[in-house]
Amino acid sequence: MNDIEKVKKLIIDKPLKLDCGQTISNFPLAYETYGKLNDKKDNAVLAFHALTGDQFASGTNPITKKEGWWNYLIGPGKAIDTKKYFVICANVIGGCMGSYGPSNINPKTNKNFGTEFPVITINDMVNAQYHLLEFFKIKKLFSVLGGSMGGMQVLQFVSNFPDKSETAIPIACTHSHSAQNIALNELGRQSIMADHNWENGFYEGNNKSPDKGLAVARMAAHITYLSKKGLQEKFGRKLQERDDLKFGFDADFQIESYLRHQGSVFVDRFDANSYLYITRAMDYFDLSKQFGGNLSKAFEKTNTKFFIISFTSDWLYPTSENREIVIALNSIGKNVGFAEITSDKGHDSFLLNIPDFLNTIKNFLNTSYYKLNEKRI
Amino acid sequence: MKKEFNKIANLVEKKSKVLDVGCGDGELMKYINENITNDIRGLEILKSNVQKCVAKGLTVIEGDAEKDLKQFPNSSFDYVILSQTLQAFLDPENVISELLRVGKKAIVTIPNFGYWKVRIHLLLKGTMPITKDLPNEWYNTPNLHMCTIKDFVNYCNKKNIKINSKNLSYKNLFSQLGIFVIEK
Repeated sequence: MNDIEKVKKLIIDKPLKLDCGQTISNFPLAYETYGKLNDKKDNAVLAFHALTGDQFASGTNPITKKEGWWNYLIGPGKAIDTKKYFVICANVIGGCMGSYGPSNINPKTNKNFGTEFPVITINDMVNAQYHLLEFFKIKKLFSVLGGSMGGMQVLQFVSNFPDKSETAIPIACTHSHSAQNIALNELGRQSIMADHNWENGFYEGNNKSPDKGLAVARMAAHITYLSKKGLQEKFGRKLQERDDLKFGFDADFQIESYLRHQGSVFVDRFDANSYLYITRAMDYFDLSKQFGGNLSKAFEKTNTKFFIISFTSDWLYPTSENREIVIALNSIGKNVGFAEITSDKGHDSFLLNIPDFLNTIKNFLNTSYYKLNEKRI
Repeated sequence: MKKEFNKIANLVEKKSKVLDVGCGDGELMKYINENITNDIRGLEILKSNVQKCVAKGLTVIEGDAEKDLKQFPNSSFDYVILSQTLQAFLDPENVISELLRVGKKAIVTIPNFGYWKVRIHLLLKGTMPITKDLPNEWYNTPNLHMCTIKDFVNYCNKKNIKINSKNLSYKNLFSQLGIFVIEK
């Protein structure tokens, strides 16, 4: 993956003190931008990616040659119209698309960090990405948005930098990772660690990497991104290229074949150690705890206008958890809108072409941008 | 736009902070937003209506007035509007007390069951009245707690809620709709 050397990177020279106590400096933050920053610099949108996303939110990902993960939302003429807005998206630290992560070289050992990379948190990710504002000389973003782990970053960003974004759209997320969320992540991590090619995280010099473990982690996680109804409608008990059961352990069912495929393509684009680090960051996320159990306190200083979105069939980050954020904001009189979008597609809905979802973001952003400019005149 | 929207909007002071409870498709909010104050948001239970509000560029919170008003702090709005939905709640008494807690003032409208056409319908036909403001049959009406203007005023008096109630008997007979400003 030498192409990864070519992605845009900001080298952050300022030391960044991590929550784990370690300090990192001179580290790369890989990013991509879409559209053009206008002269007033008031049209910048920072999009945060989810667990397995990267900076290539729109267009074609130059490394994987696949479509950007938020192609339905971001692009010319789309809901977030890049003819109007300047969209920035960075690979989180701990990631594997060019940002500082476990596959980087540890200067102390001259080998890949592996599991000697410091444990990072959502707070660390957001603090690293804040440097993009300084780099682009943006005083205030127009919006920050993201789904799932991206939504957690939105919440943390507004809490850390209360006057740095006009609007914020946390989507299908939570302010505190639940026991169920942690359990599911732990299942994925244990699957990676049970693969003997993992070698306690120091597999990079070897010819083998823990692909099987990572694939199983992805398969398990993938189920949690879909809904029971969605799975039933798409696959049911349909058989995979056969007329009858084979009385063996091959993929008899289409759903098995589908999951195996999801697992196998995932290992080509994702690093097992990054998967450990990023899931850990999600598990450690508990914004209310950072404020003594009172989530409202996280937003006390901000005038950022929120719009929160959840999906009916998302059982991983259900509406009830998203609503807790709405309640925390309303209870201190902050400006917040909320909509639960009807969809059978489960948690994955935020990545899909769901008109009500895309229109909600489009209308919220365009009206807010209009009002912002109206205020200035 | 419904003709009473103009009347309701005129009761709202300029630049005040407003919550429209059960804001529907957002027509009233839009009018107030454009003409009176832009510090207005709505609470709406129906998904299709939430989408209509969003399409109008309005701030809307999807939620249920019977459950979700409690998240707002005391006196957090200058006006809380409840337009023609009071009678459809399971527990209107609780909703009224929540409106008065959240809003410094509440603007409440009710379809008046004491309107002369309603009275005559029941008197002469002997069946449940159907009018422009009460278009449903008894078996499919969402209205659980119908009242008259006089009933509502009596209720407020009983509960020591301040209410504007001039020409009560005249209004109770001749108004299809009661529009009230109430406060604690």
